[in-house]
Amino acid sequence: MTGPATSQAWSSHEGAAALAAPALAEKRRAFDGRILLGFLLPIAVALLWEAAVSFGLAEGRLVPPPSRIVATLWALAQTGELWTHAWMTLWRVLVGFVIGAAAGIVLGALSGSSKTVRHLLDPTLQALRAIPSIAWVPLFILWLGIFEASKVALIAVGVFFPVYLGIAGAILSVDRKLVEVGHVFRLSRLQLARRILLPAVLPEAVIALRSGLGLGFMFVVAAEFMGASEGLGYLLVDGQQMGKPDQILAAIIAFALLGKIADSLLVAATKPLVRWQDTVRERL
Amino acid sequence: MLSLEHLSKTYADGTRALSDINLTVHEGEIVSLIGGSGCGKTTLLRLIAGLDRESAGQIRLDGERLSGPHPAVGIVFQEPRLLPWLSVFDNIAFGLAGVSAAEKKARVEHALEKIGLAEHARRWPRDLSGGQQQRVSIARAFVTNPKVLLLDEPFSALDAFTRASLHEHLLGLWEETRPTVVLVTHDVQEAVTLADRAVVMQPKPGRIFDELPLTLSRPRDRTGLPFETSVRRVLTALDHSLKAPQAQPQRERDRQAAALWW
Repeated sequence: MTGPATSQAWSSHEGAAALAAPALAEKRRAFDGRILLGFLLPIAVALLWEAAVSFGLAEGRLVPPPSRIVATLWALAQTGELWTHAWMTLWRVLVGFVIGAAAGIVLGALSGSSKTVRHLLDPTLQALRAIPSIAWVPLFILWLGIFEASKVALIAVGVFFPVYLGIAGAILSVDRKLVEVGHVFRLSRLQLARRILLPAVLPEAVIALRSGLGLGFMFVVAAEFMGASEGLGYLLVDGQQMGKPDQILAAIIAFALLGKIADSLLVAATKPLVRWQDTVRERL
Repeated sequence: MLSLEHLSKTYADGTRALSDINLTVHEGEIVSLIGGSGCGKTTLLRLIAGLDRESAGQIRLDGERLSGPHPAVGIVFQEPRLLPWLSVFDNIAFGLAGVSAAEKKARVEHALEKIGLAEHARRWPRDLSGGQQQRVSIARAFVTNPKVLLLDEPFSALDAFTRASLHEHLLGLWEETRPTVVLVTHDVQEAVTLADRAVVMQPKPGRIFDELPLTLSRPRDRTGLPFETSVRRVLTALDHSLKAPQAQPQRERDRQAAALWW
């Protein structure tokens, strides 16, 4: 929030504001060593556990030491198994996300921009939202079979609701004052949507998509639990049934990395759309 | 010529914001609407801008009845209301529809020059100070060459120095095309600096209390005696309008006097 406050203070010297801007940007980018503090705790715990197991203080059968987890991950990567499973999971999330997000954007936009549609759709959707999504699983299996369709459907349902709510809410909260600017210049409904509503809702739409993607990863695990022969979720179930905690932890780490990478890609892809925003985006 | 005839506005909850407003503004004239808060100044401006509908009466511009926003009527709001996702250049060009790219560029660049922000054309609104943002907003209204320009307390959120410099920018832009200007303000100095006529309004319901011509020559010397006298005259009228909320408009009193006399 330093931007507007600082430029206000400089209002009498426009040149000074221009000079101050790059300095501010540098300050924002400057590296803060305290970020490294966050690594301290997990690394210390990992090292302690590693030491405890290697000195024979603990058995480490149910809670494998970090070295064994890394070895398992490495072995899975070497045989190519990891990539098959990761790719399968990613593909399911992607298809489910695209379907769920598309439906969420379309219905959210309709419900946000038209009162009639909102009164028609919203109560039903809110009622459906109250159902825990996992409860759909038996029905989806009956309807769509045990293969991909039911899994993708479950993920799409999980993605749909946060996106729908986010988009509808964003449209409803567009500043009336900016809409009036559009009225003054006599924009048609379509022009108003394209030139004012769409850009105004973009920042919130990005956040809605991100939380949708997060839920997509949550639901892919549930979907893969209900019977899959491939996917990171399958690795989890397999590890449990075969008594291989190192494989479970390896799969969990793979999930974490995959989720983070997907989220970062989404943020990077949408960044040019919202770079005008007057906020510190790093905090999001 | 902009004329308001028997204009009234009653809100859905029964509040009478304006009652029987009659006002004629000549071409190229700058009229300042002045009055305490709640006397319907902003409502009046929103009616002319076509953002609200009048309950009774009509608004005419050169004989044509206005209903809804009109291409020849521009407005500058109290806040800059710039679109944060457009650069300064694109914000000014926002209302320029059906104009060739070259013409658009020329007009916007000229406006940027006039408001002294030429080197800021490619920046985001967030990088500008409050006064600079308001200048962009004024340029956005001027660039479409409106016949009537409405200003809704556009300088009220700014400090005195910035305000004075904005008055000059505004008059500089006005000199070029000489549009009719209706300026809402609660600052008497501002009204006397800019306007050819001050219209003093009175609340509950909003109505015109008095009209004072301000015939000082331009550019106006804010330190001179004539300026001071004009300010005092407007202040006195404003004072009367607030002290005597039930005082009746001039013509009403005349009519009653006439009735007594007969």
